[in-house]
Amino acid sequence: MSSELRKTPLHPAHLEAGAKLVEFAGWEMPLHYGSQVGEHHQVRRDAGMFDVSHMLAVDIRGADVRGFLRRLLANDVAKLVQPGEALYSCMLNHEGGVLDDLIVYFLAEDWFRVVVNAGTADKDVVWIDAQRAGAASRLEVSARRDLAIVAVQGPQARRKVWRALPQTRGASEPLAHFQAAAIGDMLVARTGYTGEDGFEIMLPAGRAVHLWNALKAQEVAPAGLGARDTLRLEAGMHLYGQDMDETVTPLESGLSWTVDLKTERDFIGRAALLAKPAVRQLLGLVLLGRGVMRSHQKVRCGGGAGAITSGGFSPTLHQSIALARVPQGIAAGDIVEVEVRGKWLRARTVKPPFVRNGKILVKA
Amino acid sequence: MTTPDNLKYTKSHEWVRQEGDGTVTIGVTFHAQEMLGDVVFIENPVVGRKVKQGDECGVIESVKAAADLYAPLSGEVVAANGELADAPEKVNQDPYAAWMFRLKPDNVAELAGLLDAVAYQKIAEAEK
Repeated sequence: MSSELRKTPLHPAHLEAGAKLVEFAGWEMPLHYGSQVGEHHQVRRDAGMFDVSHMLAVDIRGADVRGFLRRLLANDVAKLVQPGEALYSCMLNHEGGVLDDLIVYFLAEDWFRVVVNAGTADKDVVWIDAQRAGAASRLEVSARRDLAIVAVQGPQARRKVWRALPQTRGASEPLAHFQAAAIGDMLVARTGYTGEDGFEIMLPAGRAVHLWNALKAQEVAPAGLGARDTLRLEAGMHLYGQDMDETVTPLESGLSWTVDLKTERDFIGRAALLAKPAVRQLLGLVLLGRGVMRSHQKVRCGGGAGAITSGGFSPTLHQSIALARVPQGIAAGDIVEVEVRGKWLRARTVKPPFVRNGKILVKA
Repeated sequence: MTTPDNLKYTKSHEWVRQEGDGTVTIGVTFHAQEMLGDVVFIENPVVGRKVKQGDECGVIESVKAAADLYAPLSGEVVAANGELADAPEKVNQDPYAAWMFRLKPDNVAELAGLLDAVAYQKIAEAEK
């Protein structure tokens, strides 16, 4: 594999664990460590850990960073009241297209952190830098490549983190979902991308292997990008670049709930969203027959044509599930057809998520 | 034992075993299942179908991708492994036991044109 690919601090641990490595957004990352489906079930039933150090934490510091972020992001950081609170948001361009989706953490009144996708990270930093104007020009924007990020997910994840890192329990046990605690030079957040409980832990890169091994000693199994994708799809969570990108608005991506249009707040992309009513929507699909839906497959339905944005096999449902962009007017429960390898197969539309906290939420 | 000596192989990663009753059994190789990842769904040809060497005659879907299954020889499909419908993971667990279908070849001499283990192993290694 090309030596130009970037490697996370946990790369040696992946090699040691026998990972099948693949290129992802310029990084050499583990796809699986033997069985993707096995890792998926491990997270749903117990606890698994993911190296997500390819994602980038960007710290934005200075006076009135909150005011800057209220303009930069489509969701409103005014909702973050207590230090440690976090919010999911899209970052839009002036046309209302999605530049990235991210989680923003309120750490202090002069210090927020956003965690962005690997594939968009460099572009995001340039964009954020360029949006500073006037008073915000004094804000400091720093890409924290000195940090590693480990996601520990599953019904037993928190308990196993506390066994591996007993000193973090006091501060992290009271956390509600979407809250984080700074513990020394670590940030422990009760967030994730699997639909299960757990933590995402940001820490200095030099200590990542130590954390990984401590978790391994508690029988937290490593899980790769493959399981991460099937878990997030079951959880109805979006993948940037597939389910949304710069060419679509969050309103046509099932992300209206993350866009705050109720107040007068003038965020980047707002005017475009108001000028452009959504004519499409993102819905979930459950295939009614045998086969596997994949991204880009065509969807045929009452109101016209659509397309699968993310599709695959759900290990929990034992059936193929997908997210699809279809015309407005299609409602959950409607039957559509998907072109799978030359055949039109029937699928039922559902409102995601498909699975949360180990439970199937849709009719299979 | 990732490429057993007693089997014949195709470039498209099927293995072929000659049975004593004049039929051949077909499956996919260890290398094929390794490239595919967890197999989740198999569509076998229907029994009675007549196929020509190289015809697409089935589909293997994995968590990662879909792959076509090709007929290694011309002939008639005389059996399909129904067990794999409920347990597709057997293809990963033991690809040489988890057979897909059986053919009655039109011309057994076609077998001689398939790859032996050494030749197939070279192809598989070049793809890694």
